[in-house]
Amino acid sequence: MSSSTASRWGLRTLGLGYLALLLLAPLVLIFFKTFEDGIGAPIDAITSTEGLHALKLTLIMVAIAVPINTIFGIGCALLLVRHKWKGNAAIDAVINLPFAISPVVIGLSLFLLYGADGWFGPALSEAGIKILFSIPGMVLASVFVSLPFVVRETVPVLQEIGTDQEQAASTLGANAWQTFWRITLPAIRWGVAYGVVLTTARVLGEFGAVTIVSGQISGQTETLPLFVEKQFFNFNTSGAYGASLLLALLALMTLLAMNLLKRKEA
Amino acid sequence: MEAHAANPPASPRAGIRLPGLGAGLGRGTVVLYLSLIVLLPLAAVVNQSLEGGLSAFWTAVTSPQALASLKLTVVCSLIVVVINAIFGTIIAWILVRDEFPGKAAINAVIDLPFALPTIVASLTLLALYGHDSPFGVDIAFTRTAIVVALLFVTLPFVVRAVQPLLLEMDREMEAAAASLGAGGMTIFRRIIFPNLLPGLAAGVALAFARALGEYGSVLLFAGGLPDTQVSSVFIRSQIESGNDLGASAVSVVLLIASLILLACITLIQRWGSRHERDGDGGGLTVMPMSGDVIVKKQGDGDDE
Amino acid sequence: MGITVEGANKRFGDFQALEDVSISVPDGSLTALLGPSGSGKSTLLRAIAGLEDLDSGRVMINDEDATAKPAQKRGVGFVFQHYAAFKHMTVFENVGFGLKIRKWKKPEISDRVHELLRLVQLDGLAGRFPSQLSGGQRQRMALARALAVQPQVLLLDEPFGALDAKVRKDLRTWLRHLHEEMHVTTIFVTHDQEEAMDVAEQLVVMNNGQVEQSGSADDLYENPANEFVMSFVGEVNRLGDSFVRPHDMEVVLDADARTQEGMVQRIVALGFEIRVEFVLGDGTEVWAQLTRNELQRLELREGQIAYLRPVQAKSFNGSSPSQDHGASTPRGSADEGDAEKPAAV
Repeated sequence: MSSSTASRWGLRTLGLGYLALLLLAPLVLIFFKTFEDGIGAPIDAITSTEGLHALKLTLIMVAIAVPINTIFGIGCALLLVRHKWKGNAAIDAVINLPFAISPVVIGLSLFLLYGADGWFGPALSEAGIKILFSIPGMVLASVFVSLPFVVRETVPVLQEIGTDQEQAASTLGANAWQTFWRITLPAIRWGVAYGVVLTTARVLGEFGAVTIVSGQISGQTETLPLFVEKQFFNFNTSGAYGASLLLALLALMTLLAMNLLKRKEA
Repeated sequence: MEAHAANPPASPRAGIRLPGLGAGLGRGTVVLYLSLIVLLPLAAVVNQSLEGGLSAFWTAVTSPQALASLKLTVVCSLIVVVINAIFGTIIAWILVRDEFPGKAAINAVIDLPFALPTIVASLTLLALYGHDSPFGVDIAFTRTAIVVALLFVTLPFVVRAVQPLLLEMDREMEAAAASLGAGGMTIFRRIIFPNLLPGLAAGVALAFARALGEYGSVLLFAGGLPDTQVSSVFIRSQIESGNDLGASAVSVVLLIASLILLACITLIQRWGSRHERDGDGGGLTVMPMSGDVIVKKQGDGDDE
Repeated sequence: MGITVEGANKRFGDFQALEDVSISVPDGSLTALLGPSGSGKSTLLRAIAGLEDLDSGRVMINDEDATAKPAQKRGVGFVFQHYAAFKHMTVFENVGFGLKIRKWKKPEISDRVHELLRLVQLDGLAGRFPSQLSGGQRQRMALARALAVQPQVLLLDEPFGALDAKVRKDLRTWLRHLHEEMHVTTIFVTHDQEEAMDVAEQLVVMNNGQVEQSGSADDLYENPANEFVMSFVGEVNRLGDSFVRPHDMEVVLDADARTQEGMVQRIVALGFEIRVEFVLGDGTEVWAQLTRNELQRLELREGQIAYLRPVQAKSFNGSSPSQDHGASTPRGSADEGDAEKPAAV
């Protein structure tokens, strides 16, 4: 029954070789670049006013978009799993859309909706609310692209734990909120946490949609990924790499968090 | 003889309901949220694309540049998907069935493309395989660069879709086949592969959708040269030049492709679980995602 | 002919699954490998099938050394506890799998599959998928699948373990009839001694990776080689160094030189037989098996004092059951029929 040693080594070589070229090389390069030309220039680039602002803006995006999608995610998951309804399949399908739509199309959609000629544009600008080229628009873009993660990670966990514990709590006198807070939420926490980590990673790294929606105004609507692009096109490669590195380190921390949580979930 | 779903729907009087709200209100909120965030913006795109009527739409989509970008995008995405279908399966195989030092670390690294911002990926690939490449390879600003960038971002999809199926598979089926006289290749062809197919197909569909729309990782590495302009870059340039119609028309083409692919994934899931005793997961799609492996219980014949 | 295993050893890490195991299975017989979890019986079965490699030892199938042969070439049919059904294939395709890869022609496959489905009484379900069958049906399908390629040997690994009690009994009988019809050398693994005694002509009792004793059900019951075999095959009471079967425990109302005093703790009626539980003067708990008539005659009640006299007892001085690391005393015989040490009464 055991496969021959030759085929085992063959598969190993193919698989690991491919990974080495495609994944490991980039990973090693990222680590390498950290220490290559000294930390000096990259730090300078980041700590420039624009760099710092880009960092701050990115973090603001995360701080707003992630909680919104987390609350929505948990609520939606509860709805989909605990309440059978004919429209659930449709809701499910819409939630999956951000996985398959190009970020540029997402940016365009917001651009059209809230732009000067858009459906909401004129009304909003009259009310003095600025969506495009400003933080609200960027938040909307971030929320759109990172919508599915918390839902998708919570749904299987909810299905897995079943209603037994919740029903037991009911018979012991707990009301809906108490049951949710004390029984359901603790039971699904690792699934939710994992979804939150994925959402955060997505928002941190979002590029295509935010590019279009923000207008990339330096010092105002430039997130860190946009900052990287601008530095690059301004031939300020060390600045680009510096900011890039910061994002990469955040990504690696995300990866670490994902792995630790995966073990908790299992 | 048919078994029931693993979790029967909760009765109206017990189990968690949305705290404080009726299901109807919750549903309304969700629908409102989804409409505002997702559906309305997409509707605006469709609306814009049809602003000049169907003929204007068609002209925009079939303009030489638009068409070229679509062709390039589709061809590159297909190539990428085929390559990653093969290598993704191989990698999933060695991660599940093989033992070697550093396996856990490699397993963790598979998710890197999910976690890494696309622009950073672009920059890194440029540094590795561009002008200053330590390997002496320069493929920047070529079509190969597009393929490599897309390979990077879509790698995890197939791996993570196939892995759970391999993990869950009843190994004894292979032992049974061996006892009946089947050799290694036959076992793979007739027993293992058919059981992997649903995951593989779903992973491929998702990877394809992702590849079609990919922007950030392609941008710096392949550039937006006329030769190497994928559709997402084309759309972006159309927006910059104020050609909303051109941008939306091509966007709608991509949107239709995305919808078809998503529908395929749902159908594949349903088809794939037709042999399971507890059927589908309550009608909800399970997207092949980064490594969440919920080990299913070995539900088995215990009736009659 | 038949199957012979000589000196089989198998280790999984620190765990010795098989230690110097030798058995002999006559051609055309129905043998049970009986023992508790971890006794090595499944490992032995899989080693015979070629699904496990032995560290040392030989496996002979029909006078040919099969030790080096892979599972594919051994001509054994294997039935798994959890059926190992090819869930992506119909019942027809499952049963016909072995034939298909032997490149039989379609009409021939169809004939043979239908013949087998009739044999296992699944005719009419050929187009179903395993997920649409009950456990008992799936196992019958698995049997048909294994028999389709006309194996020299049929091996079953706790085939009824995942099934309900009633289904288990039915399939047990059915397996015996099948064997009577087909006369294929059959070995099955079980931890259920009743099942083994009901079905098999020969029993091989295993514990801790070693063979304790082999023989017919009667042999093992009447002449167990050691304490383990005696308590595993049939019920047993322990009185100091002696072991007494509950039906050998006579209950009388008057004491004499050979009796012990006991108080009735509980009387349970199990169909025809009555189980009377006693506690002795020194605190030992024993039980006696009486018929209804005997119970009526004695008029026993809970709390009553009565006297117990063993009609027949066995002790096993020096013949201790196998230890984890293997005692040096030779274990139960490799051939059928002889017990290692005659029982001392």
